[in-house]
Amino acid sequence: MTTTAEGTTNTTGASTPQPWRNFSEGDWTAAVDVRDFIQRNYHPYEGDASFLAGPTAKSLAIWDTLEKDFLSVERAKRVYDVDTHTPADVDAFPAGYISADDDVIVGLQTDTPLKRAMMPYGGWRMVETAIKEAGLEPDPKVKEIFTKYRKTHNEGVFDIYTPRIRAARSSHIITGLPDSYGRGRIIGDYRRVALYGVDFLMSEKLKDKDSVVDQPFSENWARFREEHSEQVKALKKLKNLGEQYGFDLGRPAANAKEAVQWTYFGYLAAVKSQDGAAMSIGRLSAFLDAYVERDFAEGTLTESEAQELIDALVIKLRITRFLRTIDYDQIFSGDPYWATWSDAGFGDDGRTQVTKTSFRLLQTLRNLGPAPEPNITIFWDDKLPQGYKDFCAAISIETSAIQYESDTQIRQHWGDDAAIACCVSPMRVGKQMQFFGARVNAAKSLLYAINGGRDEMTGKQIVTGFDAIASDEPLTYDEVWAKYDAMLDWVVGTYVEALNIIHYSHDKYAYESIEMALHDSEIVRTMGCGIAGLSIVTDSLSAIKHAKVTPIRDETGLVIDYVTEGEFPVYGNDDDRADVIAQLVVKTVMDKIRALPLYRDAVPTQSVLTITSNVVYGKATGSFPSGHRKGEPFAPGANPENGMDTHGMVASMLSVGKLDYNDALDGISLTNTITPSGLGRTKDEQVANLVGILDAGMGEGLFHANINVLNRETLEDAIEHPENYPNLTVRVSGYAVNFVKLTREQQLDILTRTFHQSA
Amino acid sequence: MNSTTITPTVTVPDAAAPALGDKDFAAPTGRASGVGTGGLEVSALDRGSRLEQMRAGTLGSIHSWELVTAVDGPGTRMTVFFAGCPLRCLYCHNPDTLKMKNGESVTSEELLHRIKRYKAVFNATGGGLTISGGEVLMQPAFAATILAGAKELGIHTTIDTSGFLGSACTDAMLENIDLVLLDVKSGNPETYKKVTGRELQPTLDFGRRLADKDVEIWIRFVLVPGLTDDPANIETIADYAASLSSVTRVEVLAFHQMGRDKWASLGMKYELEDTLPPTAEEVERVRDQFRARGLTVY
Repeated sequence: MTTTAEGTTNTTGASTPQPWRNFSEGDWTAAVDVRDFIQRNYHPYEGDASFLAGPTAKSLAIWDTLEKDFLSVERAKRVYDVDTHTPADVDAFPAGYISADDDVIVGLQTDTPLKRAMMPYGGWRMVETAIKEAGLEPDPKVKEIFTKYRKTHNEGVFDIYTPRIRAARSSHIITGLPDSYGRGRIIGDYRRVALYGVDFLMSEKLKDKDSVVDQPFSENWARFREEHSEQVKALKKLKNLGEQYGFDLGRPAANAKEAVQWTYFGYLAAVKSQDGAAMSIGRLSAFLDAYVERDFAEGTLTESEAQELIDALVIKLRITRFLRTIDYDQIFSGDPYWATWSDAGFGDDGRTQVTKTSFRLLQTLRNLGPAPEPNITIFWDDKLPQGYKDFCAAISIETSAIQYESDTQIRQHWGDDAAIACCVSPMRVGKQMQFFGARVNAAKSLLYAINGGRDEMTGKQIVTGFDAIASDEPLTYDEVWAKYDAMLDWVVGTYVEALNIIHYSHDKYAYESIEMALHDSEIVRTMGCGIAGLSIVTDSLSAIKHAKVTPIRDETGLVIDYVTEGEFPVYGNDDDRADVIAQLVVKTVMDKIRALPLYRDAVPTQSVLTITSNVVYGKATGSFPSGHRKGEPFAPGANPENGMDTHGMVASMLSVGKLDYNDALDGISLTNTITPSGLGRTKDEQVANLVGILDAGMGEGLFHANINVLNRETLEDAIEHPENYPNLTVRVSGYAVNFVKLTREQQLDILTRTFHQSA
Repeated sequence: MNSTTITPTVTVPDAAAPALGDKDFAAPTGRASGVGTGGLEVSALDRGSRLEQMRAGTLGSIHSWELVTAVDGPGTRMTVFFAGCPLRCLYCHNPDTLKMKNGESVTSEELLHRIKRYKAVFNATGGGLTISGGEVLMQPAFAATILAGAKELGIHTTIDTSGFLGSACTDAMLENIDLVLLDVKSGNPETYKKVTGRELQPTLDFGRRLADKDVEIWIRFVLVPGLTDDPANIETIADYAASLSSVTRVEVLAFHQMGRDKWASLGMKYELEDTLPPTAEEVERVRDQFRARGLTVY
């Protein structure tokens, strides 16, 4: 035991109880292996939610202070405050607190809640723009450093970019690339901080670094050594961070409160030093629950105190902020940072990973009210304990704040200690990271194919070497498909070239040293490519195949619109004739990615996901044979085209479920919106039906389901901001309507009728 | 032709932008035109063999289908809307299902194939098949084939009917029906005639027969201000519902104007242009009338 983390501790922490007392030993005691620890020590829970505790007075007081003094101010100003003098880092700011009674789980990104920090390594321009948009001026000294002396990721990328990438970017066929902001999609295994303490993690990293000293020089070898040095430096800063708040993170956590605190410090170090597009927190519940149960057995913790710990952690996750530009908000609206917390699912041995702490996490949505962060993600399976399934459904109905992913599909590919980064990207925690690739506009690519590389919005020749469709006769499927296939070679080739460059540069100029310090030394990297506009391509190809589609040209011969006559099958209705086209598009793009060399031998993957960027993609894209109009928002992710999934929510789930996960290992996203009354007459009925729908969808191959169960406030918001709710469907006794299509009068009518039943 | 009906929204460039109404956002079009038979193979037959097969119960006229939850019976259901209805309800919200000739021809084999596909969905959700319309009993032979086929697959079956053609429902068919959603549109025969153009008595007789056979019933009633809202009218329905031993639930549905555009697009005259939906208080008042008899009411 002397070489273990705990052994080290025994010689230094005389007054601290043995951190690993009463835990079952195993592989994890000799080397970093959090999964092994969990499997040997967690407590599956098969019961219901009746054991849960409400919020403590302290939790409510802290949340009230936040609301009154900070969150309400931020809502009015967009940005509460920015520190314009201190480039962010793990230990760059002194300790900060929400209030004097903020002492359960402590730690803020800067010295004040909601005050945002500069993270200039991604690129200076974004930082400066964001500061100015917040009504402030950057410190000239900092600006000088990052424009004169210190090269950034953004500069690195543009030093390498090729002419075709620049053309594709400016014509918006490829957009949202992480070439001027942090890529994110890396989940540090923050649990390691609690289980092993920083000293042991550091000694392991130093060992790994020196394990290659006998090998000859190569660039990979040098990078391995350099990155390990960066990681060790970051771990030292993490220890400093703990000291700023009065904790010795060198040793392992010795009880539940420390386990939550240590884990949070690991995560806090990440969000203090990186503003990745998604900063997910991993899979914590079963891990933390092992500590809670041990404290319970020792009589040192009550249920109320355990809940207070989780509430306190969640409060901190709700006030994490990054300095973003208004432009960035257009793509990722609502200030999200995707602190995705994955939960539930099964272990390889068939035991559920649902614990009481899985319930406590959901309970935060009742104790503190609904909120988008952390992004609670349930690994669903129809065999999960009934009490948990019912509680998930109940909380979904109350808050719309939960998303669901297929545990079977994730576990089969990525094991039973995987977590989601961002929305749908699964990865083994601490053993895998993703090179985030935003997405390519697969719909616009179809228009490029028809126009031989001329942009349908500007008429500019973006791609050369391709013939446009010359005839004015109705389009034929075979000709259009052949041209689309060829155009995708160019689009995907250009796209992957950009991603290779971006991640090469990101590793070089904005390396995530603390997050990578909480990974194994040898990891799997995936290249997370993505496509947008799947439903539009599918429906358009279906129209060309099954109806008569005649192109309309402007005076220069550019096809700018289509006359579509006749009927055609539409994606999203469990109609194989359309759904096979969607499958074909996904597979075709994936095969093209597979054929290309990838930076750092990454595993090729793609997602069918748009997050909220479906609106900007729509703005940059012309009209389609499907009837999709120029400038209209795309349907999100793998969703059917807005309003075209006319056979009900379950039918749309079945269509999306037909997409082969093997061709989209980075995830396939479906967002559905449903009213409480669309789920049943009583709360019990609604819960049972939502559980049934999820069981049915996942059972039929669905990978992901974003379930919005709308409350009254949401519908009111939809009336004020219809652009945010393009596919909101309201069912009224055997009849479905698109909510935003209704007149205000009708909307108010539905508002009344939908809610009086459940009042 | 055979698929989801999509009226091409576009055609000519520079055409006038769609009216945005009081919103600054052009909502997607599509759903309002009906849900369609997409996913079902439609048969092209001459009129003679079409009629022959319909009489034999191997061919039906289908308006559309969808998978719905919580509205047409328990769980998630495949609701199949048959085309054709003998009633002409003033408040009909699916006037596009009134005529049998406007439906698509679908074979029983094709429809049962699709029903079978959803067996896992039905199992997971406690759902099943609901045949609605139109009026399911306008095509009794086809309905009988589908209900028998679904039962054979072990699937829960429901029909949504006005009961006006209850006599067309044979005892053998009843054996294959687990739940009837019985739409009692009025308790007063004159009002019933005014609302539907038909007689009330067949509905009352059918409900009685269902109760005698112990077939589970959900009574449905649409509350239309100025048309069906007379308290005395509702008392009569409530008394009737309470007298049927197999009624397990009553659903009071508030009239809405969501079907108005369909009447216009079909070129049909709509009598309730100016009728307002009932207030929440009115709906509760009516529910209380049913509740007073110990019924479970939503």
